[in-house]
Amino acid sequence: MTPELLPATEGGPGEAPADDNGALGRRMAGWGVSLFQALLPIILGMIAAAIVLLILGKNPIAFYADMFGRGLFNWEGLQDSIIRMSPLLLMAAGLIIAFTANIWNIGGDGQFLMGAAMVAGLGPALMESTPQWVAIILLIIVAFLVGGVWTIVPAYLKAKYTINEIITSLMMSFVGINLANLLIKGPFRSDETTVPQTFVIPYEKLLPDIPGTRIHVGVILAFVVVLIVHYAMTRTSFGMRLRVMGANPKAAVHSGISVFWFTIIGFFLSGALIATGAATEILGVWGYVRADWNPNWGLTLFALVFLARLNALATIPIVFFFAIITIGGHFACREVDLPDDFILVFVGFILLFMALTEYLTTGRIFRRMPGDLIAIRASQRRGAGDE
Amino acid sequence: MTQTSAPVESATERAAEHAAGTPAVEVIGITKVFPGVVANDDVSVAFHAGEVHCLLGENGAGKSTLMNILSGMQQPDAGTIKVAGDEVEIDTPKSALDLGIGTVYQHPTLIPTFSVLENLMMGMGSGVRLPRKKTLDRLQEICKTLGIEVDPSAITGRLSLGQQQQIEIIKALWEGSRVLILDEPTSMLTPQGIAELVKLIGQLRKEGLAIIFITHKLREALDVGDRVSILRRGRLVGELDPEFVHSHDRDEVQNRIVSLMFGAEASDLANVAEIRDKIQGRREKRDLGSKPLLEVDGLTVQPKRGEVGIHEVTLTVRPGEIMGVAGVDGNGQRELAEAIAGQRRVSDGDIRLEGTSIVKMSVGKRQSFGLRYVTDDRKGEGIVAQIDVASNLVLKKIGQHPFWKRGGRTCNETIDSTAEELVEEFDIRCPSVKTACGTLSGGNLQKVLLARELAFDPKLVVYNKPTYGLDVKTTRAVRERIRTLAEEENVAALLISTDLEELLDIADRIAVLYRGEITGIVENEVGCEERVGRLMIGAHE
Repeated sequence: MTPELLPATEGGPGEAPADDNGALGRRMAGWGVSLFQALLPIILGMIAAAIVLLILGKNPIAFYADMFGRGLFNWEGLQDSIIRMSPLLLMAAGLIIAFTANIWNIGGDGQFLMGAAMVAGLGPALMESTPQWVAIILLIIVAFLVGGVWTIVPAYLKAKYTINEIITSLMMSFVGINLANLLIKGPFRSDETTVPQTFVIPYEKLLPDIPGTRIHVGVILAFVVVLIVHYAMTRTSFGMRLRVMGANPKAAVHSGISVFWFTIIGFFLSGALIATGAATEILGVWGYVRADWNPNWGLTLFALVFLARLNALATIPIVFFFAIITIGGHFACREVDLPDDFILVFVGFILLFMALTEYLTTGRIFRRMPGDLIAIRASQRRGAGDE
Repeated sequence: MTQTSAPVESATERAAEHAAGTPAVEVIGITKVFPGVVANDDVSVAFHAGEVHCLLGENGAGKSTLMNILSGMQQPDAGTIKVAGDEVEIDTPKSALDLGIGTVYQHPTLIPTFSVLENLMMGMGSGVRLPRKKTLDRLQEICKTLGIEVDPSAITGRLSLGQQQQIEIIKALWEGSRVLILDEPTSMLTPQGIAELVKLIGQLRKEGLAIIFITHKLREALDVGDRVSILRRGRLVGELDPEFVHSHDRDEVQNRIVSLMFGAEASDLANVAEIRDKIQGRREKRDLGSKPLLEVDGLTVQPKRGEVGIHEVTLTVRPGEIMGVAGVDGNGQRELAEAIAGQRRVSDGDIRLEGTSIVKMSVGKRQSFGLRYVTDDRKGEGIVAQIDVASNLVLKKIGQHPFWKRGGRTCNETIDSTAEELVEEFDIRCPSVKTACGTLSGGNLQKVLLARELAFDPKLVVYNKPTYGLDVKTTRAVRERIRTLAEEENVAALLISTDLEELLDIADRIAVLYRGEITGIVENEVGCEERVGRLMIGAHE
């Protein structure tokens, strides 16, 4: 992302747009910058976390060896990392749709847990009464709808009365998180355990694995969804409408886009995909939900999606790396007798340095609204693809 | 004074210099160059105490640059500034204030959620405690001199724009400024707000302040100015002193200004006669038949804040006709345009296109019937600044053949080749069709909008101030295009303009909007100017 490609802000009169020479060189330089931006914060984050480890009296080299050894270079661990990508990618896809349309869906955790609770609550009974595949498809549809429906209140309030969705989606998230718990501790509660949780879907009825691995097919679903979202956002009229709406709502009204309906649809799809992520996690990994379970991925993904600049394809490596850190880090923490919280310290460092690197290389970050970001990227891509 | 000044040319000018004494502020030989543009070219103007001095010129004529130099926002490349006879350097807005030059910018600088008092206390003093009492006293003092009333506890954002501007003026005068710069102060105001502002300016002049009133509206300069300086392409092309302004009647002053604006360059002289002819309504009369294409019937739109709305507007446009809508800005022009385009809810009345009622249809549906709207808010709603020129050119065609396939897939090749053709046809100056639209200049943005609206078989186009802020050459090209389309391709136009000369130039008939109502519709013929002028100030037929 070279700064001169960004639209110049209001300047003096006669300001000349950037010339078009040296496109190839600039693109190469662009890749170099991208690689630099991707690697530098990871290295800096590792150094900072190493200092913390040294202060705690642990060996950082051993810690990192454990982390990457387990999360990336160990077949079992690598499979775990890939399995973890499934919910994360689906959530990222959902957030990208919302942010493209300049919809700030902060309520991801509520949508996720409502989806999880419904799947785990209805799953065991449904699995007994219907064939496995029918049940799985039905449960994914249920999660999709529940997540989507959970956005309707903030979506309608935003579309109709322009009420700030940051507040309303956050409030709905509180309701969702706690209602999910209420369901798990109440109607969905299993009488076979002392700790409140749902009944368990039998292991053999969960999503089947890709042959020769432990990786369930939900991961494939997640990859397919990410590719579809990427295509839709960059190459279709639907994505164009969302982008126009995100970048300039007044222009959207002026050009005849129904801002009301695209706000509702964009918000719905966002919540629906986030809850679908929950469905693959429950149907692929857990088979049940324990009370008070909340992985809190919503806000972390926020940062990751922004660092991918709302480019769905770019979220794949970023989410993969995040999965390695959480899976490998969990193992490494146990090896050196640290609580799992250290993983978040490490992730926090990396995100901080990512933001700093971005600022230092481009001079701007988060100052722009998300809709601008994707619009800029998309027009750059259109530009690059033609030369 | 006379000993030191250069020999003056006429007795009246000398007398004026005497009467006014040393200028409160004087700029001498100011030159400011931006890449590709000379914004100010050797400009020398003197501003006197107790005078309202209008700087008149089109957008881009260099008014704002001159103002920015005086208020310390920009530094001149050459030239000197004198305040009360002493040469000074104004390097920051703070030093401008210290020299007694207060500025009210075109765009609001107050914080809308703060109270008036809080806004005034901002940036005052350096103590820990806010100087409440002191501020209240000073506010009262200023209000008394200005003869206005201000509620210090009112939340600023809830005040009318006119009241907010009064607060801005109070702020500019806070430290006892003797010079007040007003940058396009009427652009956001309703007619009532403008009347209040004019009253306030009169009061300030009585207090002996030098007021620099920047405007691009000729009418306004005539209304408030004691002295009028005309800027054109960065040059000062003429100045009318108070003797001339006050001793001649309005039409003569106006004619003098128009001839200064158009006659300043020798190359333009040949065109003056032609323009005059057009102003006299010498366009050929056309037989347009009697069957209307667009019928607006008793249309009523409720006003939003700071607007007048429109009330029972009835007019028709025939195929190929250019129906002008005249009126002082803010008399319902935008409400009318948006209601016809479908962007605004209509509370009563009907709109018919070729006999079909479109009043309940969405914006997109109306477009498919051949209705087009060239908005006056070019940057705000006309384009998406961040996406490229090509996409902006098909912004109203999203999802439609041939730019999008049936399933919604984007056909970039078709979009780009169409865009390239339009760029060629409409003479849009941009490095490539991939350039982000926001980097284009105002004139080119307008060409993008015109290309988008006129390219795909329009039947009726609503133009809202289509030449506002454009340079003379582009303005002429745009007018010719509107006229040619109407004459040769039968594309009807509802031409909303605050520029009467424009309407007299190309319209067939002129409807006049005043406070949201049509006060009359006149044929554009020799001598109709006066009738239109009367209607514009509210006199019904």
